[in-house]
Amino acid sequence: MSRRRHSDENDGGQAHKRRRTSEPIEIEDRLESLICRVGEKSTSSLESNLEGLAGVLEADLPNYKSKILRILCTVARLLPEKLTVYTTLVGLLNARNYNFGGEFVEAMIRQLKETLKNNLYSEAVYLVRFLSDLVNCHVIAAPSMVAMFENFVSVTQEEDVPQVRSDWFVYVVLSCLPWVGKELYEKKDVEMDRLLSQIEGYLKRRVKTHVPMLQVWTADKPHPQEEYLDCLWAQIQKLKKDRWQERHILRPYIAFDSVLCEALQHNLPPFTPPGHMPDAQYPMPRVIFRMFDYTDAPEGPVMPGSHSVERFVIEENLHCIIKTHWKERKTCAAQLLSYPGKNKIPLNYHIVEVIFGELFQLPSPPHIDVMYTTLLIELCKLQPGSLPQVLAQATEMLYMRLDTMNTTCIDRLINWFAHHLSNFQFRWSWDDWADCLTVDLEKPKPKFVKEVLEKCMRLSYHQRIVDIVPPTFSALIPADPIFTYKYVDESASSLPGYPMSITVSNAIKNRASNEEILTVLKEVPNPNQEDDDDEGESFNPLKIDVFLQTLLNLAAKSFSHSFSALGKFHEILKTLANSDEGKLHLLKVLYEVWRNHPQMIAVLVDKLIRTQVVDCAAVANWLFSQDMAHEFTRLFIWEILHSTIRKMNKHVQKIQKELEEAKDKLEKQQHKRRDSGDDEDMDKNSEDEEGQLEEQIERLQEKVESAQSEQKNLFLVIFQRFIMLLTEHLVRCETGSVDISTPWYKNCIDRLQQIFLMHHATIQQYMGTLENLLFTAELDHHILAVYQQFCALQL
Amino acid sequence: MSVKLNALNSDSYIDISQYRDQHFKGNRYEQEKLLKQSNTLYVGNLSFYTTEEQVHELFSKSGDVKRIIIGLDKIKKTACGFCFVEYYTRADAEHAMRFINGTRLDDRIIRTDWDAGFKEGRQFGRGKSGGQVRDEYRQDYDPARGGYGKLAQQHRPTEGRNSF
Repeated sequence: MSRRRHSDENDGGQAHKRRRTSEPIEIEDRLESLICRVGEKSTSSLESNLEGLAGVLEADLPNYKSKILRILCTVARLLPEKLTVYTTLVGLLNARNYNFGGEFVEAMIRQLKETLKNNLYSEAVYLVRFLSDLVNCHVIAAPSMVAMFENFVSVTQEEDVPQVRSDWFVYVVLSCLPWVGKELYEKKDVEMDRLLSQIEGYLKRRVKTHVPMLQVWTADKPHPQEEYLDCLWAQIQKLKKDRWQERHILRPYIAFDSVLCEALQHNLPPFTPPGHMPDAQYPMPRVIFRMFDYTDAPEGPVMPGSHSVERFVIEENLHCIIKTHWKERKTCAAQLLSYPGKNKIPLNYHIVEVIFGELFQLPSPPHIDVMYTTLLIELCKLQPGSLPQVLAQATEMLYMRLDTMNTTCIDRLINWFAHHLSNFQFRWSWDDWADCLTVDLEKPKPKFVKEVLEKCMRLSYHQRIVDIVPPTFSALIPADPIFTYKYVDESASSLPGYPMSITVSNAIKNRASNEEILTVLKEVPNPNQEDDDDEGESFNPLKIDVFLQTLLNLAAKSFSHSFSALGKFHEILKTLANSDEGKLHLLKVLYEVWRNHPQMIAVLVDKLIRTQVVDCAAVANWLFSQDMAHEFTRLFIWEILHSTIRKMNKHVQKIQKELEEAKDKLEKQQHKRRDSGDDEDMDKNSEDEEGQLEEQIERLQEKVESAQSEQKNLFLVIFQRFIMLLTEHLVRCETGSVDISTPWYKNCIDRLQQIFLMHHATIQQYMGTLENLLFTAELDHHILAVYQQFCALQL
Repeated sequence: MSVKLNALNSDSYIDISQYRDQHFKGNRYEQEKLLKQSNTLYVGNLSFYTTEEQVHELFSKSGDVKRIIIGLDKIKKTACGFCFVEYYTRADAEHAMRFINGTRLDDRIIRTDWDAGFKEGRQFGRGKSGGQVRDEYRQDYDPARGGYGKLAQQHRPTEGRNSF
């Protein structure tokens, strides 16, 4: 039985080859390919490839100039890791065709203005860096580059602008100096000194309240978590002290010096930085992640020091490679491992450090977490003899420093490590971590191991986990994720709900309708009331208990069974949970029966929210309730809370989108009517449609307002609860003269911080309310500090 | 500004594969259109013992999972080594194709592929013996997928049980 059908036309990937190609498109594709690929592995030297390509492009200039300009501008913007390859190419073209060089510079300036207008700040950095390296290629005159830098640094004199704005302009200038510092100092040392001294003054008066919130570890040892501008400044200072000698950057243009120095240079047009706009989104500050130094790579090349400019350049380039290739893990891994100059540096260590730096970045990693797991696996495949060892060493180091690691980062480490292990048969030398068994299980190390084992179990099964850890670790093994049924058998017969649970169970098995079951449930006595002559509509915790326990017991076999049950009896659940108390109790019962299976709790809570049986605030109140206090530091609690907040956010966004679409539709309709002329019938139909749309828009406006109100309320509930819990703890410790820094406190304060960091974009809208109602000056300074650090992120 | 270079835009992990469902109701063009917009993935090479819970844990790493349908032996109605994973958004499904496809679940390298969308009946294996077609013809011994392939089982003497 052959699966091939010979009559098929569009068989998989064959379609492209059948396309009729027209010449210009072919040539443009060829040009793109040639330019994008130059600098990659080749049998010829880079210099001869560049020479050859310059010749080809020069010949194509008469017919394809604008295309070539566009491609070159794009690679300047999107391939910063190959900066010097392309600046050399532009240098060669400029030497052969002065006008082209001028047009390229103009096009780059236009592109720079565009990127700034569109809040594409990292791309703008790459463009400016490109321009500055063009000084080295004799395309741009050094004094005009200095002038641009002077204009950038003058932004530090602006008043009433967010600090992140002036930060960015200073960062751009400093980050170009590894490439062009030497040349600019040779030509304009007085101006450059003045520039640097202005920058130094600015850095001294900058506010750095935000830094603690972004640090991965609270400890300064063994490596301080430096604020990014401070680190870069130290690196540039050192570079200056070394008389701008920089030996790491690959500079192909040096080989062409005799050709390039004959070229005429262009002056950059005076560039005024665009003014501050209220909707500008400058990059957030960050902290430089360091976990390795020269002592960690025992053999082979030495790791450049933390304040060496080489370290900056290597890290920049590795980040850029990931940014370019993150969607294709094999290519990304290959590109990382073929980093030019890799023989002079302990490349595996740099790669692992950069990857973990991104994974642990606060507020959030640049790319989705799972990408890093898969990238590391790919790297291990390509370097099986060396990379796994570095990774193991890194894991060991991270474990050693758990005590001072930010809880959000620990969460990510847990998820990464468990997922990674599941790809390597869970092989790990757990005994090396036996020290975690000797301390209080709430401390970071045993807690980490416990959470890792729980995640490992979710990816496999309980017995597997029992088998992979030494017996000494039994206290850290997760519970067997089985259902706990209150009314399990006759031993429970004395419980008030027992007889009813049998009745309900039979009713469900006999496919009774929802009405029939509700009637049955009416008989459940209400422990909260003396008499129940109120039709049994008010909150009856026993009714909820009996029904939900019984239902979930029957459906306990799998997620699908439970989802199906919730779906089938949706009406009953809604009826039972039609009050705040009802919702809370529903969640309480859910927890009681599935307390050994947090994963099940999470997916069921998700379904209950999506089917509107419970609302987000109810879930928040439940998680913060006294009943859940003993689970408060477990990871699954926070996963549920953040998932709940995300659902709320997506809900608001969805309705906002519907509103925008309706408004667009109305606008189009109105245009149509205006343009359609005087047809009376058409007019009338149009008016009707418009009327309907207007009604719809009004309804959607209300929906949006109501959703936003619900969203704001959710955050208020959460923050209020945090403040209550933390204040209670702080007061208790103060009165008892006890140290506040218990494991619980560290966890809780980090969790508060995590709410801000993970949902900062949404919370920004409600800052006014938060400040007026909750984060007032009367608050304990420990709690207020978190809020203030958060505000400082956007200053 | 939105200049894209084809050479820089490679995202090959999310391309549709060569596989086309022979039972699909519609022509090739329609199937491909659905594949290119789909939020649903076919997942293959699962162990027969892999549970919905494990699939959910792994695939949640690329986004919120809307539902999972475990593939069943048509006759025995037990898991037969494949499933469908549906996401709420295409973007989340794309992340799964980029970062979960080709990695391990239950120690096995699993394979994900775009699916035109779940329809009742597609959760059953299409092999003659009730499982997947690939388990009819394979020659190797795979303890997590019922041992030898069905055809190969017919040629093998029963082992162990009657030897004493």
